[in-house]
Amino acid sequence: MGAYVLTILVFLPVLGAAVILLVPKGRGTWYRWIGAAFTGLQLLFAVWLYAAFDTSTSAFQFTQLAVWIEQFDINYHMGVDGLSMPMVFLTALLSFVSVIASWNITKAPRGYFSLFLLLDAGMMGVFVSLDFFLFYVFWEVMLLPMYFLIGIWGGPQRQYAAIKFFLYTLFGSVLMLLAMLALYFYSEPHTFSLITLITEAPKISVILWGFDMKWLIWFALFIGFAIKVPIFPFHTWLPLAHVEAPTAVSVILAGVLLKMGTYGMLRISYPLLPDQATAFAFSLAVLGVINIIWGAANAIAQEDLKRMVAYSSISHMGFVLLGMAAVVSPSLGGAQAGMNGAVLQMFNHGCITATLFLLVGVIYDQAHHRYLYYPKDYEDEALRGQVGFGGLATHMPIFAGFIALSFFAGLGLPALSGFISEAMCLIGGFTAFRTLTIIGTLGILLNATYFLRAFQTMFLGEPNEKWAGLKDMSAREIGMLAPLAVIIILLGVYPRPALQVISVTMDYLIQLVTAVGPMAGM
Amino acid sequence: MVTVHTLTLYGLIILFLPLVSFVYQIFFGRVLGPRGAWLSVGALAVTLVLSLTMLVSLFMGHEIAFTPEVLWFTVGDFSLTLGFQFDNISVVMLVVVAIISSLAHLYSIEYMRGDVRYTRYFGYLGLFTFSMNGIVLAHSLIMMYVFWELVGLSSYLLIGHWFEKDSAADAGKKAFLTNRVGDIGMFIGIMLLWTVTGSFTFQGLYELIDVESGNMFAGQMGLLTIAGVLVFLGAIGKSAQFPLHIWLPDAMEGPTPVSALIHAATMVAAGVYLTVRMFPILTPDALLVVGTIGAITAVLGALIAITQNDIKRVLAYSTVSQLGYMIMAVGMGAQQAAFFHLSTHAMFKGLLFLCSGSVIHALHHALVHEGDHSTDHQDMRNMGGLRSKMPITYITMLIGALTISGVPLFSGFLSKDAILAGTLAFAHEHHVWWANLFPIAGFGAAAITAFYMFRLIFMTFHGKPANAKVNAHVHESPAVMTIPLMTLAVLSFALFFTLPGLNPMSAEGWFAHLIHQMENLTGYAALSWEHLEHGFHEAHHLTVQLSFAVAGTGIMLAIVFYLLGWLSPAAWAERLKKAGLYQASFHKFYFDEIYDKVLYQPFLWLTDKIAWLDWDWWDQRFIDSWGRNTVKAGNASGWVDYFWLDQIVIDGIGRIIRWMGAVGRKMQTGRIQNYLMWALAGGLIILVLANSF
Repeated sequence: MGAYVLTILVFLPVLGAAVILLVPKGRGTWYRWIGAAFTGLQLLFAVWLYAAFDTSTSAFQFTQLAVWIEQFDINYHMGVDGLSMPMVFLTALLSFVSVIASWNITKAPRGYFSLFLLLDAGMMGVFVSLDFFLFYVFWEVMLLPMYFLIGIWGGPQRQYAAIKFFLYTLFGSVLMLLAMLALYFYSEPHTFSLITLITEAPKISVILWGFDMKWLIWFALFIGFAIKVPIFPFHTWLPLAHVEAPTAVSVILAGVLLKMGTYGMLRISYPLLPDQATAFAFSLAVLGVINIIWGAANAIAQEDLKRMVAYSSISHMGFVLLGMAAVVSPSLGGAQAGMNGAVLQMFNHGCITATLFLLVGVIYDQAHHRYLYYPKDYEDEALRGQVGFGGLATHMPIFAGFIALSFFAGLGLPALSGFISEAMCLIGGFTAFRTLTIIGTLGILLNATYFLRAFQTMFLGEPNEKWAGLKDMSAREIGMLAPLAVIIILLGVYPRPALQVISVTMDYLIQLVTAVGPMAGM
Repeated sequence: MVTVHTLTLYGLIILFLPLVSFVYQIFFGRVLGPRGAWLSVGALAVTLVLSLTMLVSLFMGHEIAFTPEVLWFTVGDFSLTLGFQFDNISVVMLVVVAIISSLAHLYSIEYMRGDVRYTRYFGYLGLFTFSMNGIVLAHSLIMMYVFWELVGLSSYLLIGHWFEKDSAADAGKKAFLTNRVGDIGMFIGIMLLWTVTGSFTFQGLYELIDVESGNMFAGQMGLLTIAGVLVFLGAIGKSAQFPLHIWLPDAMEGPTPVSALIHAATMVAAGVYLTVRMFPILTPDALLVVGTIGAITAVLGALIAITQNDIKRVLAYSTVSQLGYMIMAVGMGAQQAAFFHLSTHAMFKGLLFLCSGSVIHALHHALVHEGDHSTDHQDMRNMGGLRSKMPITYITMLIGALTISGVPLFSGFLSKDAILAGTLAFAHEHHVWWANLFPIAGFGAAAITAFYMFRLIFMTFHGKPANAKVNAHVHESPAVMTIPLMTLAVLSFALFFTLPGLNPMSAEGWFAHLIHQMENLTGYAALSWEHLEHGFHEAHHLTVQLSFAVAGTGIMLAIVFYLLGWLSPAAWAERLKKAGLYQASFHKFYFDEIYDKVLYQPFLWLTDKIAWLDWDWWDQRFIDSWGRNTVKAGNASGWVDYFWLDQIVIDGIGRIIRWMGAVGRKMQTGRIQNYLMWALAGGLIILVLANSF
């Protein structure tokens, strides 16, 4: 199975989508069962992949290579290493959970689930591609279903949000395409292979319009990836898209799509352009710290719970950037803490933010609103500025418990997964950029501020009569959140199962970028 | 006989049994209902027995100083371990925590009876005890930070136990956030220490910073000072030191056993515990910061306590003040005295809080019995004359008050004296005027403490009842509540800490035998062990005389004001109001108001502006302007394309051709004369043009 497992992982959802389309219209619940079956099966394969993964090597595993377009040396080349393994698992897990979260979709379920599976395939493809062209194809494949999922099944401003997301991302894609072509044409031999380019790309020495070509490529890639992360100031598509998207799509957006930005930097920018990566590290750290502070400060000011969670993602992704910047740390331990922390934070944030969005969906499904405070221009004048909920903990104890867990995970409470990865990013960052990291630690306080404020306004205080009829979570909802909660606690207490997968690959990457890692001279 | 293996096993049981209690109460609490609380009490009793076994073993002369550890995780050169720091300090601290925690559990059985979230309450108590034991046993700064945050969580949950009350929910949030301010500093300090030394563990730091064996901070002692102060910031938050003391009084919104256990005896002492553990690597400059913060807090807390009327608030500010004492002691180098006071304070302050809980409980029931739901059952002005109604509570609380005031025979006398001797030695050592401020703060706070404690006793238990009808229904609390009171009252006698020594004036005994003055490793002569010990010894006699005087003065003043009524508190309050002093104390020196105005409100305003900048300006105005302008450009190019290029240029060409065709058609007359004339004209034009060049 090992030789084809990645192909199976990527194309299983495509097969699922085809099956859904073969089922005639109007078969109510069939589509979601098919979706659950295929994503569930995909998750099993991902679990198998994790179990069979060799943690002692940084080489790509389960590789598959087939010629695709011979004239341009484009290959169907796939493989996983310690960087992509956590992302593959995360994608499979969140896709399955999201399908369960979409159980009550009544509007055109056939289209919804088939598009969702297509999205799943695109994401999975991005994380296993070792050929830039293939990577780019999957990157774009993912965009289209996402556009429709937001634009058709989204909230009141869905079309505006969808077009904004689409254009913003496409703008990044165009730059990425240019960078890809530049890498292809300026490398000798012309290739899209990400493995060959590791040795070939650094040899490029071309000046274009007075600029070093490698820097132009770096920035083109950087903007493409920065939009996805999203890095300040390219981040404003995020709150809108997350808020308008249906719950499951928000989960995918925040849980997986954002990771593609940082994944792309670590998979492509870092190894291919190590000199630029080191020279840019300080700027990346600055941007990371801005993300942390800016995202958190915005989250504090939000009146809409989902918007608050969306801005919290910006803050949490800032830790990833800070950790990545630590690659240039003068101390090897610091660089390792930062880089491993960054990848772990990608995974942990995926789980935590998915939990958060799912829980927002739980309350929204029942109450049809999610205001912490009603906005000042709310249609009902009597409600303006009032608390949206209040006292929910009294009659929704399970929901309150899950929210508390996810909020405390979000604010970096030890024994929950977010703490370890954030701490590692900070420690790594500190060894390289002291002052910046000290500013970044303010995030520890700011993140706590908005999470605790939100918890208080929604759950504490006198129970609000208006919401006394809300039911606590259903078995299905508990079922879809329980695995995420278990992972959050497990990795918080015992992060080794994740870190041992990541660690060796990060050593290799640090060595590639700085040429002083533990394998230098090997 | 305790071997290394059994010791580790004991440590694991002591640590995890309360966690088991938490898991049981939260997830399976319904199985047994309220009766299940006894399981938690039982679990705590086991931890008490085990920690006492360790203590006895220590006293029998078995050396317990080792650090079992396991690898938590590793990524290349960066690895973290989890481990236990077994030494005399941690074992004594474990005993202190186990005593107070098990008594608080027992007491809560009655105190919380009928509570809607009864089992959950016991679960949270278990979570707290687990986290607290984690802090005590932690062998590294990072592990301590982990449990440090977890006690913060349990504190948050327990303060907000009655979360239907907004004040309780606010207080929990305030406690957590205020603590986080300190925690940021602590975390940066940990990172700094690690960056320089590469170690997180206390033992590792002691070894790597020891001047004798090659200090890794050599040549940058200023940086070590900064690192020490940063880590100390964590203690400022947790131990409610100035300027982060504001959360502790509000934390009294939690149930009273919680106040006794967490916010008086153990968790808030964790900051002192941390500072004691850090003592060997704190530089003189860092210690001066520590001492100054402690001295300010000691005086500030005491001054505020004088004017408070809420019985728990008096005790809360008293706790702030006493914690300041301990912190000041570490700053003076008297870290043994600090830990001594931490231990005695845990007993007598736990006692005082549980006594106040007994009073509140009784008064609350009496008021409810009378159908009165509005009278504040924590306000001492609604009490009075409870002495005869609640004799056990009265006597035990009196013992607590005598202990905290520093009266001989009681433990507080010994530990407070040790601290005051430390301040006198410090002043003697440093020949600068400001060094004298420390003993002045110490003795001054001691006098005020005696005063406000007896004010509390007299207002609560003496005099006429505020409401005779209510007073008639007040009863002594049942045995599960009075047994903890009596136990702690016994443990407040000096004897308990000096066994087998019987001299009430001397701290010689098992405690002094086990807890020694630590050696400071930063290499400053003034901090050497011999030097400090000598100074404390010299100062001892003067201290005893002075502390007799100040405690006596404080108690006498309270008697004159509140028992005998020779002086009127109201009249004096009026007099002090004119000077603004009374108001300043009553309003807690306006810290909350100032923080709100200067920090919190501007901060919220700023986030609001940031959100406006981010969304309304950057996104809607700027980013979307690209979209709008693209549409405009598209419209413009569409207009150009159709109206100009297509309609005017392209169609214009057509029209020109058609016009020319029309003109040409007219020329096609078919008459030879006309053609000849055009040909002639054309020929002429060509000639003219050709000649003109």
